[in-house]
Amino acid sequence: MIKIGNIDFSYGNVPCLEKISLNLEEGKIYGLLGENGVGKTTLLTLLCGLKKVQSGSIDVDGFSPYDREPDFLASQFYLPDEVSPVNAKAESFAVNSGQFWPGFSIDKFNEIMKVFEMDTEQKMNAMSAGQLKKTWISFALACSTKYLFLDEPTNGLDIPSKAQFRKAIMSFTREDSTIVISTHQVKDLENIIDPIIILDKRDVLLNASVQEITEKFYFDYGTTLNPASLYTEQLPGGFIQVYPNAAGEESKINIEALFNTVHKNKETVKAIFSHE
Amino acid sequence: MEFDSNRPIYLQIADVICNRILQGELKAEDRIPSVREYGAEIGVNPNTVARTYETLTDKGVIYNKRGIGFFVTEKAAQNIRKEAKEKFLKEDLPNFANKARLLDIDKEEIIRLLF
Repeated sequence: MIKIGNIDFSYGNVPCLEKISLNLEEGKIYGLLGENGVGKTTLLTLLCGLKKVQSGSIDVDGFSPYDREPDFLASQFYLPDEVSPVNAKAESFAVNSGQFWPGFSIDKFNEIMKVFEMDTEQKMNAMSAGQLKKTWISFALACSTKYLFLDEPTNGLDIPSKAQFRKAIMSFTREDSTIVISTHQVKDLENIIDPIIILDKRDVLLNASVQEITEKFYFDYGTTLNPASLYTEQLPGGFIQVYPNAAGEESKINIEALFNTVHKNKETVKAIFSHE
Repeated sequence: MEFDSNRPIYLQIADVICNRILQGELKAEDRIPSVREYGAEIGVNPNTVARTYETLTDKGVIYNKRGIGFFVTEKAAQNIRKEAKEKFLKEDLPNFANKARLLDIDKEEIIRLLF
């Protein structure tokens, strides 16, 4: 369990995260959404101990990430958006670096690479950006860590790799893992991420499961406008609109529409989801 | 797996399983994949599949053998048909009748077309 308590972080005198509190539970795949520059990557780098919180605390099973204790580091993996083109063949890179993670398995690495239709004998610095990303994703998953932080993992992946990624993320992670995926590519991951966190400048606008969201909001794909709509977007052949689910009916979540609804109605949404 | 836009995904997955049972592809006492296996297969969060299984369990279509997994019940096909029939009579048929009235199609014509 990760407990983020009232943390602050700024770059020089530019505040980035202010008084952010969040709990991240076991066995869940969190989708971390937010506009450019709200601090998604910063939050991930704080969680994995690359950066230090300026006030407040982060508690990961009793560890404070920035202490960088070996047992803590061995229990987590952070995959940045941009990954380095190591001067080595994929398999030998994995064998060498995998030693730092007790859960790492080279067989698993090779198996995931196969899912991505990748050649493990290829040199990483001779790979395309997408191939390199797939190699790193394979490595991250093969480490079988309790905590996995993925920053824009589907960026640069070609069309077939996106489905392969979805498959891999569920076949090769531990059942008790906490996975946090930051992304703008909501269509790629729409059916994968649950709960959903929406981060805003200095605020967490939403941290709720898909079930909770669809209990509170109704996603209407019809042709008649509802006066209670919090958000409406014209689609070919109708609308997508989001309004409070007064009738208690079930609908299919649309994360893009959810994001825009939350952004247009910050205070309303916070009130709807407040647990107090 | 491709999903329709306006029905919750967990229910769409339930429909797929029910159809496979009705078509005889899945039979009574057949084991169905675990929540994680099935999620990985169709690219959906295991929580969503867990909700599907919960719903199907409530409807008497599958049951959970502790520690072993989920299995199709003896009366699965019967229960699915019963529910589908209720839905047909309560929703589909009135819609159909409404449309027929709207288009001025008379009873005789419909009977002739149906049988």
